Amino acid sequence: MERFVDTFFNASVIASTWPKILSGMLITVELALSVVVTGLAFGLFLALIRTAQIRLLNAAIVVFVDVLRALPPLVMVLIIYFGLPNVGLTLPSFAVLWLVLAAVLAAFAEEIFWAGILSVRRGQWDAARSTGLTFPDTLAFVVLPQTIRMVLPPLVNRTIAITKNTALGTVIGVPELLNQATTAVSFLSNATPLMLAAIGYLIIFVPVVLFGSWLEQRFAFRKA
Amino acid sequence: MDAFIEQFFNLGVMAKAFPLLMRGLGMTLLICLAVIPLGFVGGLLVALARLSRSAMLRISVRILTDLFRALPPLVLLILVYSGLPFTGIRLSPFTAVCIAFFLNSSAYYGEVLRAGVESIGSGQWEAARSTGLSGRDTFLFVVLPQAVRNVLPDLVSNTIEVVKLTSIASVVSMTELLYSADMARSITFNASPVVLAGLIYLVLLWPAVRLASRLEHRVGT
Amino acid sequence: MTAASPILDIQDLRKSYGANEILKGIDLAVHAQETVFIIGPSGSGKSTLLRCCNRLETPDAGTVTVDGVDLGDPRTDINAMRRRIGMVFQSFNLYPHMKAMDNITLALRRVSKKSRADAEVLALAALERVGLAEKRNAYPAELSGGQQQRIAIARALALEPKVMLFDEPTSALDPELVGSVLAVMSDMARAGMTMVVVSHEMRFARDAADRVVFMDHGVIVEQGSPGEIFGQSQHARTRAFVSQLER
Ligand SMILES: Nc1ncnc2c1ncn2[C@@H]1O[C@H](COP(=O)(O)OP(=O)(O)OP(=O)(O)O)[C@@H](O)[C@H]1O
Ligand SMILES: [Mg+2]
Repeated sequence: MERFVDTFFNASVIASTWPKILSGMLITVELALSVVVTGLAFGLFLALIRTAQIRLLNAAIVVFVDVLRALPPLVMVLIIYFGLPNVGLTLPSFAVLWLVLAAVLAAFAEEIFWAGILSVRRGQWDAARSTGLTFPDTLAFVVLPQTIRMVLPPLVNRTIAITKNTALGTVIGVPELLNQATTAVSFLSNATPLMLAAIGYLIIFVPVVLFGSWLEQRFAFRKA
Repeated sequence: MDAFIEQFFNLGVMAKAFPLLMRGLGMTLLICLAVIPLGFVGGLLVALARLSRSAMLRISVRILTDLFRALPPLVLLILVYSGLPFTGIRLSPFTAVCIAFFLNSSAYYGEVLRAGVESIGSGQWEAARSTGLSGRDTFLFVVLPQAVRNVLPDLVSNTIEVVKLTSIASVVSMTELLYSADMARSITFNASPVVLAGLIYLVLLWPAVRLASRLEHRVGT
Repeated sequence: MTAASPILDIQDLRKSYGANEILKGIDLAVHAQETVFIIGPSGSGKSTLLRCCNRLETPDAGTVTVDGVDLGDPRTDINAMRRRIGMVFQSFNLYPHMKAMDNITLALRRVSKKSRADAEVLALAALERVGLAEKRNAYPAELSGGQQQRIAIARALALEPKVMLFDEPTSALDPELVGSVLAVMSDMARAGMTMVVVSHEMRFARDAADRVVFMDHGVIVEQGSPGEIFGQSQHARTRAFVSQLER
């Protein structure tokens, strides 16, 4: 037991590494927020474009979504991070990770928003258009508000699952939470920083996970 | 443009790396073969525990699944692979990968299956029990098949996520698809092997993605 | 302006879905303050005809003119015209996420560009006409089918339409709720609203209709006073259909 505490919760290691861990946590939060905001916005934008029913554009969106759903994010991170400099385009590692994760989130979010829009019955469109509402107004005031309840729970869960991938930053040297921890582990030959990192992730993501389950229950109850 | 093709779609480099990648793909499939059934069974146990009469069991499993859903799988993997050796427990990368991914995917499969089981009304339980079926048989033969059908889109898309997840085993030097590709990249100073790995993932997963999204839209409307 | 110029004028209207010709050249004129009933078997194209009258469907050929404005003219602001063409649906189609009041004010504010206060005054007046002013803060799910349909009527009415289109407004309702909706429609007819009603409520049609139009297979078979159509029609098809309704 003592050995366990010594390896995973070593007081002197905690004392010497917590500032590093904290700065890593800040970068993780920063990265996560950028991914969430841009990814969701772009996903919604794509779903809205899709409502215009322009065949070529819709096909392009479907291909984009499918590819980003099928490719592991780490594959894209490696291709962009190690490939682009060789053609003369160097992006900072933070930007690479942000770009990849935001695109992945956008793809999943587009699917979810689109399914939500499809689930609104045609009569709602008919009613709104028959009173003279424009297409954008119908979307904004009649259709989208009705999708929130259906869309929010899967959207939150998906967002968490994708945002957690900020930990992949450690592979390309983004000084985020996991990266700070693994660096400290190899310096100190002690697993405590890893434990601190795990706790850091829990602090960031457990509240969001709980929020997601709460949403799910609330909306499931309302439906019944 | 030429430089771009040279760097990302270099057929010569791809051809040379191909055998290596195929061996990597074999390992990737092996990991999937271990982790998907493990995760599914784990998820089934999680779903059962979440429905159990014992509040203690319900709550502790709930807390565990929430923790594993909050923890990035890479953190979990590194914790198991590089953390445990400090206590004297030394695991092969394969075992570490199995443990870490089992914990992660059980939590996700568990959530999906629980939602499925909850979607089955009490009428089904009562009808089956009234014909004398035991609780276990009712669950296995009446409730579970319907539950699985109700959440099939989520099960498929969750399985896609598990296959994609195996790519991070490369971080602990598992010689799976992405690791092999990245090795080839670092030798050739050319990103084409990783692009090829991406294409292999696409070939593997695109049909599943299509299936998932068709199932989703069928249930949605 | 001659007394004869109709509010709604449909000329040689044609509409197909794929190879399936649904409307095969419809001519129909509806004059101010007239109440015209359209009856006909399922699939004869009644809904399609109404939906062409506010361009929820785009006709393949022919013209629809409302209050002198050709709806098919590319220069026509279709959304401005739709305000003037009220539509009431079989399934009410109230916005479930909005209170009754907001269901009505949405188009007033977004299309007629009224302030919220002005819109609410107009909405309240419309609610009073359908006898549901006290339900202004209710959500659709909290209302009976009959009440929902009356709110839907108020939603169209508040925009001060020149003509109202009703597509089987009572056929989704329980029998005991039909009366309240028909009463509102009678009031509107008496107050001088121009109405086109697809409905098989024969007794109501006898009372309220100035004219009954019988449609079958995408053509108007005949039209006349309720007495003529429901009494002894010249056409065998009409007689067969009417006798089915009476059963
Ligand atoms: N969007 C559409 N696409 C293809 N066919 C359609 C479409 N809408 C209607 N139809 C077809 O057009 C025909 C006429 O439909 P319509 O709804 O106008 O009939 P109706 O007279 O209103 O019938 P009912 O009394 O059942 O409401 C039907 O055969 C229907 O299947
Ligand atoms: Mg109809």
